[in-house]
Amino acid sequence: MLSRPLLRFVREDKHIPFMRGRYAGLATSAILSLLSVVLFFVPGLKLGLDFQGGIVVEAQTKGPADFDKLRHALTAHGISTAGLQKFGGDDDVLIQLDTPASGPDQEQATQSLVDTVRHAVVEAQPGTQVLRADAVGASVSSELFRNGLLALGLSLAMILVYIWIRFEWEFAVSAVITLVLDLTKTVGFLAITRFQFDLVMVAAILTILGYSTNDKVVVYDRVRENLRKYRTMPLRELLDRSINETLNRTLGTSSTVFLAALPLAIFGGHSLSGFATVMLFGIVVGTSSSIFIAAPLLLLIGEKRLRRNGGQSA
Amino acid sequence: MMYYSRSTMMGVLGVCLLGLLLCLPNFMKAPAAKLPWRQIHLGLDLRGGSYLLLRLDRESLAADRLQSLEDQVKQALIAKDLGYRAFRKDAASRTLSFLPRDPGQEAQSLAALSALTGSGSDVTGKVDDGRVVLTLEAAALQQRAREAVTQSIEIVRRRIDGTGAVDPEITRQGDDRIVVELPGISDPEHIKRLLGTTAKMTFRLLANDTGGSIAPPGATMMEDVSTHAMLPVLDHVAVDGAALTNAAASIDQQTGEWAVTFSFNRAGARAFAETTSQNVGRRFAIVLDNKVIEAPVIRTPITGGNGQITGNFSAQTATDLAVMLRAGALPAPLAVIEQRSIGPSLGADSIRAGAISLGIGFLLVIVFMALFYGRFGLYANIALLANLVLMTAILSLFEATLTLPGMAGMLLTLGMAVDANILINERIREEVGRGRTPLAAMQTGFQKASSTIIDSNATAFLAHVMLFVFGTGPVRGFALTITIGIVTTLFTTMLLSRLLMVRWYALTRPTELPV
Repeated sequence: MLSRPLLRFVREDKHIPFMRGRYAGLATSAILSLLSVVLFFVPGLKLGLDFQGGIVVEAQTKGPADFDKLRHALTAHGISTAGLQKFGGDDDVLIQLDTPASGPDQEQATQSLVDTVRHAVVEAQPGTQVLRADAVGASVSSELFRNGLLALGLSLAMILVYIWIRFEWEFAVSAVITLVLDLTKTVGFLAITRFQFDLVMVAAILTILGYSTNDKVVVYDRVRENLRKYRTMPLRELLDRSINETLNRTLGTSSTVFLAALPLAIFGGHSLSGFATVMLFGIVVGTSSSIFIAAPLLLLIGEKRLRRNGGQSA
Repeated sequence: MMYYSRSTMMGVLGVCLLGLLLCLPNFMKAPAAKLPWRQIHLGLDLRGGSYLLLRLDRESLAADRLQSLEDQVKQALIAKDLGYRAFRKDAASRTLSFLPRDPGQEAQSLAALSALTGSGSDVTGKVDDGRVVLTLEAAALQQRAREAVTQSIEIVRRRIDGTGAVDPEITRQGDDRIVVELPGISDPEHIKRLLGTTAKMTFRLLANDTGGSIAPPGATMMEDVSTHAMLPVLDHVAVDGAALTNAAASIDQQTGEWAVTFSFNRAGARAFAETTSQNVGRRFAIVLDNKVIEAPVIRTPITGGNGQITGNFSAQTATDLAVMLRAGALPAPLAVIEQRSIGPSLGADSIRAGAISLGIGFLLVIVFMALFYGRFGLYANIALLANLVLMTAILSLFEATLTLPGMAGMLLTLGMAVDANILINERIREEVGRGRTPLAAMQTGFQKASSTIIDSNATAFLAHVMLFVFGTGPVRGFALTITIGIVTTLFTTMLLSRLLMVRWYALTRPTELPV
């Protein structure tokens, strides 16, 4: 019977001097984040239906999809700007349309467009099944965008306040800077991979932030404990010690979360696989930033303060 | 930390058992009678269906109010023998203004309207640049919009029930919005048309002079939907559609065409009889949403309180009209501003994808824990299973709606749930490394890991509560399962898996720990 653990990430007696690479870590992170900010502007994020507005119709034709016929039928119904795209099998068609030009009847026009597209595809290829048909008006999409950013901002603020209350301000500030760096990299990843940025992606980013915070809290918790325990140890050595002590846990937890998200990325279907892929990226970024960013930042910000006060902290 | 009283132990096991019981309804077909039967609802994205977001047209509400205000103002002025001209209404700024017939009578006119603008009313009056300006209070209009939404929800429900849709959910969102969820209906075109019609029906006489294309005073030109001719319809409403008590689609006995028969209440029947007996030979228009459905000539007085509309109907349009007349008119037009529909096959695909991912993810985590944490890893796995059961139980208890993002949330919770177990295990291992006895190592391990576990879960909890409160749509389902998951995780790891470890220790008294 399986009793003792068979595998281990790092042996207990191993001591890795992570802080030696603090500048390299910070510099790499800064460069990657800067690149991500550039990517955010050029080429920018590919906004999904939630935030962009417009309509998306997913249809499954009987037999292989005939794009010429479909395009022709749409044009006959007065729709010439539709984007047609194959996805999945030969008989899966994705039809996308932007919101019509603004005007007093814009909302209504957006909604009736869906019905027109439905009729057109069935006319072009009888027997076609509409799997999904979404239409989001301009007013709703801008509102969803606002709400999404609001949720993001408030979550960050809550995390900041919580860590501030539970730890010293140096911890809170380093944690939030690290989270912002994580966030920018995730945005850069979204820009490169061209995943659609929609409400589900906001949820993904928030989960990444939550997970990353969780990871930082565990390391910081150990730092706080060690600050009390080793009153004369230099902060740099103390941080190294804390990271090494929590290394098996850090790798263990990130592995399980990674393993849990992995099948979702592979089998989740096109609506969830993007979400899960971003999650996987976030888990790697969040885990490494706990070690290479959050701790070095704490060292930079708190080297004098945290140690001069000695045991006063916590 | 190392001692469990009998009652605590029973409590922990009892909760797990209760959770198991609460899960059961989800796997059974027929509900057992007389039992609290609560199930998880599948979201529209999983079972297929349509989601419609409707917005009440506030401007039309303001315009309606301004119209009635104009009538009141004119009456009040005429009663005081004051003249007026150049009435101007602006729904966007909620104002009504006019010029007194003789300049200098502004103050007098305003005084004549004191009954309308007095304290407690929703109108304020002032004189501006020779014009008398009346403004509707924004707050009063807001209140009116809220009431209109409440009223509309009822009417929308009646209209949708009239179509035979199963389990529709109609809820208010914010001040002027209504969410309509229609499980199983993947093409909402028909319902959209049904809800997009105000269905305000009135019976009015046509003006005598029907020749010209310009409406005579007191009348408005309206289009006849079947002949497309423009007809001068009197503004005075002879009988209002609100006086209808019933309406049904039927086939006209003589022509064999589709028609809608209706009956009036007592007051409506009297007014209808009066109008038809006094105006034999004139044309009587049936007006629906400012369009004339038909305008027959009154041949004989209709006194029975019943009538029939024939206006080029098909079976569908006749039924729809009957449904709408029975349900009543909407207080203001509703516009669809967002719709999402999913076919049943895509929903089934999503369930399959979610279930496969959940199954494989669970398996991977279990194997990982067994390999990396041995016996204690197995205990963690038992706790993980209990976690899944409890999450399902709580979702069932709340009759929560499970969506695809919600399933993703469950999966991620499972990934994160083992974190607490890992923290405890790593701690115990460290304490063993420091040369502590098994008992002391477990004791300190539990103790020290606890504060870390609380800290890390509290941050995640706060972040996801925020997400649930401020998020919309798919984000909420995701945040909900994770928030519930954090609570069940704390229970299963802090109580259940620790219980298993402690019992194992008490039973075997090992000299070494399997860490």
